[in-house]
Amino acid sequence: MTSLIIFLGVVLVLVILYMIYRVSSLVSIAKGYDDDKIGTANKVNAALFMVFMVGSLGWFFWYSFAYYDNYTMPVASEHGKHTDLLFWITMGVTVVAFVIISVVMFVFIYKYQHEEGRKAKFFPDNHHLELAWTIIPAIVLAVLIFTGLRAWNDITSPASKDAELIEVIGQQFAWTVRYPGVKDKELGKVNYKLIDNFGNEFGLDLTDKNSFDDFKSLELHLPVDKEVLLKIRAKDVLHSVFLPHFRVKMDAVPGMPTQFKFKVTKTTQEMRDELGNQNFNYEMACTEICGRGHFSMKMTVIVEEQEAYEKWKASQEAWLKQNPDYLKKVPNALKEAAMIKAGMQRDPGSSVAEVNE
Amino acid sequence: MATTDIHTHHDVHHHDEHDEHGHHETNFWRTYIFSEDHKVIAKQFLITGIFWALLGGILSVIFRLQLGFPDMSLEWLRPVLGEWITAEGKLDPEFYLALVTMHGTIMVFFVLTAGLSGTFSNFLIPLQVGARDMASGFMNMLSYWFFFLSSVTMFVSLFLETGPAGGGWTIYPPLSALPQAIKGSGLGMTLWLVAMALFIVSSLLGGINYITTVINLRTRGMSFTRLPLTIWAFLFTAIIGVLSFPVLFAAALLLIFDRSFGTSFYLSDIYIGGEALAHDGGSPILFQHLFWFLGHPEVYIVLLPALGLSSEIIATNSRKPIFGYKAMIGSMLFIAILSFIVWAHHMFVTGMNPFLGSIFMLLTLIIAVPSAVKIFNYVTTLWKGNIRFTPGMLFSIGLVSFFLTGGITGIFLGNSAIDIQLHDTYFVVAHFHLVMGSASFFGMMAGVYHWFPKMFGRMMDNRLGYIHFWLTFTGVYLVFFPMHYIGIAGFPRRYYSWTNFEIFSGFTDLNTLVSVAAIITLASQFIFLFNFFYSMFRGRVAPANPWNATTIEWTTPRNPGHGNWPGEIPSVYRWPYDYSKPGAKEDYIPQHIPYSETPESNLPNENELIKLETSNGSGAIIVEGDKH
Repeated sequence: MTSLIIFLGVVLVLVILYMIYRVSSLVSIAKGYDDDKIGTANKVNAALFMVFMVGSLGWFFWYSFAYYDNYTMPVASEHGKHTDLLFWITMGVTVVAFVIISVVMFVFIYKYQHEEGRKAKFFPDNHHLELAWTIIPAIVLAVLIFTGLRAWNDITSPASKDAELIEVIGQQFAWTVRYPGVKDKELGKVNYKLIDNFGNEFGLDLTDKNSFDDFKSLELHLPVDKEVLLKIRAKDVLHSVFLPHFRVKMDAVPGMPTQFKFKVTKTTQEMRDELGNQNFNYEMACTEICGRGHFSMKMTVIVEEQEAYEKWKASQEAWLKQNPDYLKKVPNALKEAAMIKAGMQRDPGSSVAEVNE
Repeated sequence: MATTDIHTHHDVHHHDEHDEHGHHETNFWRTYIFSEDHKVIAKQFLITGIFWALLGGILSVIFRLQLGFPDMSLEWLRPVLGEWITAEGKLDPEFYLALVTMHGTIMVFFVLTAGLSGTFSNFLIPLQVGARDMASGFMNMLSYWFFFLSSVTMFVSLFLETGPAGGGWTIYPPLSALPQAIKGSGLGMTLWLVAMALFIVSSLLGGINYITTVINLRTRGMSFTRLPLTIWAFLFTAIIGVLSFPVLFAAALLLIFDRSFGTSFYLSDIYIGGEALAHDGGSPILFQHLFWFLGHPEVYIVLLPALGLSSEIIATNSRKPIFGYKAMIGSMLFIAILSFIVWAHHMFVTGMNPFLGSIFMLLTLIIAVPSAVKIFNYVTTLWKGNIRFTPGMLFSIGLVSFFLTGGITGIFLGNSAIDIQLHDTYFVVAHFHLVMGSASFFGMMAGVYHWFPKMFGRMMDNRLGYIHFWLTFTGVYLVFFPMHYIGIAGFPRRYYSWTNFEIFSGFTDLNTLVSVAAIITLASQFIFLFNFFYSMFRGRVAPANPWNATTIEWTTPRNPGHGNWPGEIPSVYRWPYDYSKPGAKEDYIPQHIPYSETPESNLPNENELIKLETSNGSGAIIVEGDKH
C-alpha cells in the first residue's frame, strides 16, 4: 500500500514537472522567445563558470590544507620517505600547472563570452607557441621521469645478503606468514602439491632440511631498522600485499613467487607515541580483488626493536614441532637432525630417549 | 609547408545509382530494424548505449549506497535483487563485486566504446567526409546486430542465480577461471566471455568499415588535410581498435580454454577448495599482458572520439578555427602510437621484471606531452573567441576540464615509484573516472546535443540542457574529486567495507558525500532523457545549419534521407575551420564554398587555388597547398 502511494506520488510529481515544462515552453513561444538569439543565458553560463572556478579551487585548497593530517598516512620505511618526497614534488609541479591552466581556461571562457558584433580572432596556429608548450612539459616530465627511475631502481635492486627473510602467503581470505627459523635462516622448499587439509598448509617439503625449523605466524613481526626481504606467494588466486605505512605493495601470484625489500624505520610503539594513539597497529591489507572476503584480508603487523624481535623469534615453536605427525615424511637419515632443528629434541648426542611423538 | 594531394576523380561518385536505390520501397523492418543506413545504425547504437549507460549508472548507485551508507538497510531493494540482499538487509559481498565488475564492463565497452564510437563514427563519418553511406552497409548492420547479441548475452548474465561475472572488469585469472573461487566465475563468466567475443566481432566489423570509408569515400576535394578533427579521431580510434581488440579476443579465448578444456595458459600451482589443481606451468601475468595490450589502447578508443567531437564543437562555438589543427592531428597520432607501448604501467607491482617497469614508466610519461599539447590547444582556441554556450559547448568545456584534472594525476600513477603506494587505491579510481570515464561521457553528451538537430531534425531544449550540464558537471567533480583524498589515504578499491581495518576507518563523511553526489548525478540524467525523447518528437524544428557550422553534414536537408544528399554530393574546397576569417561577410565559411566565391577573405596562397577549382571535377587533378 505504502509503495503504491509512493509510486503515485512520484508519478504525480513527474506529471507536474512535465506540465510546468510544457507551459513554460508555450509561454516562451507565445512571447516570441527566440532560441537563436544569444541572450542572458549565455551570460549566466559564463558567470557560473567563474563561480565554479572560484568555488572549486577554494574548496580544493581549503580541504587540502585543513585536512592534511586526515588524508596523509605517516610513513615508516626508508624508501617510503623517498617515494613520498617524489609524490609531493609531483604534487607541487602538477598543482601549479593545474591551477594556471584551469584559471586561464575559465577566465578565457568568461572574458570571451559572446558579444553582439564582436568578431573572434582568426588564429589558426603559431609555431613558437606550440613548440614552447611541447618542450616545456617535456623537460618537466624528463626531470620527473629521471628522479622516479632512480627511486624505482633503488627500490627494486637486489636485497642485501643479510636481509631478514620472511614469507607471506595469500589465500582466500587470510594471510599467513612463515619465518625461516632461528637455526638455519633459510626457508624450506615448498610445493603446492604437498598442501593438505590436515596441517601442511604451506606445502612444506620435509625432505629439505631447511624446512625443519620454519615456523608459522598469524601476525607479521618485523625488526626495525633492518632490511626485510618479503617473499610473497599465493595459494589460490591473485592477492596483493599492501603495507600502507611502509609504502609496500606487491602482488601475490600463484605459480610465480614475488618479493619486496624494505626497511622499517619506526616501531609500533614509536608510531603509537607519534600518533598519540596507544591502540594503533600497523596493518596489512589485500589490494588485488580475490573474491568474497577481499575486504577482510587483514593481518596485524608488529614492528619491534631488533632484540625484542629476535627474542620473539626464538620463542616461536617450529612448525614441525607443532605438527609432529609430519615427522613421518622426513627421510630416515634426516630424522634426528629434523627433531633437533625443530626443537623437539633438546641436545644432540645426549639423552636420545626423550623424543616424544 | 605545402602538402600535395593528388586525386584522380574517375568514378568516386555513384550518386546516380544511389538515387535510384533511395527510391526503393522499404518496409518497417528494413528501415528501422535491419537497416543498412549509417544514420539509423548510429541511432540504434545511441539508444542501446543510453540504455546501458542508465543501467551502468544504476549499478554504481547501488554499490555507492553500500559504501556511503554502510549501516543502511537495503531491504527495500529485495523486490529487485532478491537473494542478493542478505538476511540482515545488506548487500551480499559477492554481489557487490559483481556490481563493480558489471559497472566497469558496461561503461567501458557497452557505453563508451559502442555507444560513443558506434554512434558518432557511424553518424558522422559519411556525413562529414561526403559519402552516401558506409563502405559496406551490410557489414555495418552486422556490426550493430553483433553488438545487440553481445548486449543480450551480457544482460542475461545479470539474472543468473550465481550472478554475473564478479572478478573485476579486468577479469584477472585465476579468480575468473575458477568457479570455486567466486560464484561469478561460473556461468556468469562464461556469458561475459561470450558477450565480449561477440562485442569484439562487432567492433572489428565497425572499425574496418570506418577506416575504409574515411580512406576511400571522401568527396571531391576532401583531402586528408581538410578532414574535420572528428574524422581524424574516428580514424585513429578505428585503427587502434582493429589492432588491439583481436588481442583481447586471444586473451579471452585462452581463458575459455583454461576454464573449460583443462589447459594451463594462465594457471599454475593452485590449491583451492581443499585440492591441488592439475594445472601447471601457466602464468596469470601473461593474461594481464594480453588484457592490457587491449586495455590500454581501449582508454584511447574511448577518449579519442570524445576529443574529436569536442574539438569540432569548441571551434564552432568559439567561432574560431581550432588552434593548431595539424598539431592536434599529430598529437592524436602520437597518442595512438604510444597507446600500444604503455600497457604494462598497469602492472608495476605484479611482480613483473622491474626493468620492464622502468621502460614502461618512461614511455607512459611521454604520453603526457601530446596530451598537454591538446589541452593547450583547446585553451588557445577559446582565447579571443566569441563564445556561445550551447549545451554541446558546455559539455565540451566540461570534457577539457575533466581531461586536465584527471590527466594530471596520471603523472603520479605513471611514475612506478609513486605508483607502489597508489596502485589499486581510490586515487586510481578518481584518475580514470575523470580522465577517461567522465571526459568521454561528456564528449558523448556534447555530441548528442550538438548533432541532435541533424539526427532527428529537431532542437533539444537549451534550458534543460544547461540544468543537466551544471548538475552533472558539479556532480561528477563531487563524486570523483574527494576520491583523490581517500586514495592518498590508502583506501583500496573494490572493498565491500573498510571497517575491518583500523587504518581505513576514516572518511565516512567523504564517502557519504560521494554517494549523495552520485545519486544526484544519476538523477539529473533523467532530465537529459526527458529532453532527448521529448525533443525527438516535439522539439523545435531545426534549421538546416543551426550552429552556423562549416562542415558539410550541415549542407544536407533537415532530415537527410538514404544517400544523405538529394542531389550531387558537395565538393570541398577548404579546411573545416574557416571561422571568423578576416574580411569574410559571415563569421563562418562552409567547406563547400570555393575560394573563387570568397575573394574578400582569401589568404594569398588560397587565391592561387582558385584556378584549380573546377565545377565539374571529373578527371581533374586538385593540388592543394593550404597553409593553416
